[in-house]
Amino acid sequence: MADLHLPGTLTPLFAGLPRRMDVDAATVAEAIDRLELQWPGLRDRLCEPGPELRGHIHVYVDRERATLDTPLELGSRIDVIAAISGG
Amino acid sequence: MPRTLLLVGTRKGCFLLESDGDRRDWALRGPFCEGWPVYHAVHDPSSGAIYAAAASEWHGSAVWRSPDLGETWTLSSEGLAYDADGGRKLSKVSTLAVNNGRVLVGVEAPGIFESRDEGATWSVLSTLAGEPGSDVWDDPANQPPGHLGISALMFDGEEPSRFWAIVQGIGLFETGDDGTSWAPRNKGLRADWPRPHEDVGFCVHKLVRSPVDGDRMFQQNHVGMHRSDDAGHTWVEITEGLPTEFGFAAATHPHDRDTFYVVPLDPGHGRCMPDGHAAVWRTRDAGESWQRLDRGLPERDAYVGVLREAMAIDSYDAPGLYFGTSTGQLFASVDEGESWAEIANYLPPISSVEVAQID
Repeated sequence: MADLHLPGTLTPLFAGLPRRMDVDAATVAEAIDRLELQWPGLRDRLCEPGPELRGHIHVYVDRERATLDTPLELGSRIDVIAAISGG
Repeated sequence: MPRTLLLVGTRKGCFLLESDGDRRDWALRGPFCEGWPVYHAVHDPSSGAIYAAAASEWHGSAVWRSPDLGETWTLSSEGLAYDADGGRKLSKVSTLAVNNGRVLVGVEAPGIFESRDEGATWSVLSTLAGEPGSDVWDDPANQPPGHLGISALMFDGEEPSRFWAIVQGIGLFETGDDGTSWAPRNKGLRADWPRPHEDVGFCVHKLVRSPVDGDRMFQQNHVGMHRSDDAGHTWVEITEGLPTEFGFAAATHPHDRDTFYVVPLDPGHGRCMPDGHAAVWRTRDAGESWQRLDRGLPERDAYVGVLREAMAIDSYDAPGLYFGTSTGQLFASVDEGESWAEIANYLPPISSVEVAQID
């Protein structure tokens, strides 16, 4: 299980989506797949076709910048960040 | 008592203002759509739903839908993407058009997506591939400055498969077979720059059509106001008498084919109302002459712009006109533009204003 943390900009878009949850996945992409199963459309909010992470969405695994292919360890912490931008 | 609803798309979400048929007192609700930049919000009279085209810097583009006049909202972008293999990216949803429950959305890079299930899913209808100029917009390395996209769509209203599309910096196109084939509709337009093809290369900012005469169209162009009396097949310039040739917003009178409203702006980088003096301009003779309408609008130090979709007109016997500014003011007139009242201020920059009459 990985410890997944989501940005506050995401939770109002999907009913019942928590800011923090445990996810059973081997990679970041798999973790997003798990979310997509329960909250259809969520992948589009984080990823562009390709798929690749959206430009202003950053993911960190255990405090290291990650991509969709980054592997997860048992107990990894995943932080999904909506980058500071705009005004 | 009829209800009058203004749908206001802003850089920080969608707002709704509601009044009765008198249109004197307005109640504001919002922001909706979680503060996403909303480029265009429209009302579908057949279903009663509101649709809002929005693009978040963080979470991408989507179309929001409210089935109950803003009480609840959902969003979807399912299918609202180009194939990843094709190299074409959908960076923004810009404009909406609805017709009997069918919804079209124009996007950047240029393309039109449609939904036939009330915005739940989307599919590509057309990219105008093969049309003159498409080699320009299909080649990112060859694009002119600025964003190229479908900036406006307009249904015929009678023939469901007939509609018009504006490609930014390229021109106006018409389809009569639901986007299978297209015809450029730019004859007679002016362009003060080199063009890639004799039929295209025109900067059409806004297209409007008379509800009482479908052959009568007006367009605000980057260079000049133009009128068509044959549904866009040919155009004549009608700029003379206006303070500038540049602007974005336009509206046609719902009952008089010769009356038309525009908001001229400085053509330079400022793109504000000239001399800081706010005004809407009206013709009652199809562009032969123009009148400045500014009673109730700021007469000085008003450096405000009005964007492409940010003016609307209702269809009451005495039509109401509405426009929103790039600095968040919303003005209304219930006497065909003779006088104006500010009905909202301190909104975020306004991208679009549409009006719906609900019985």
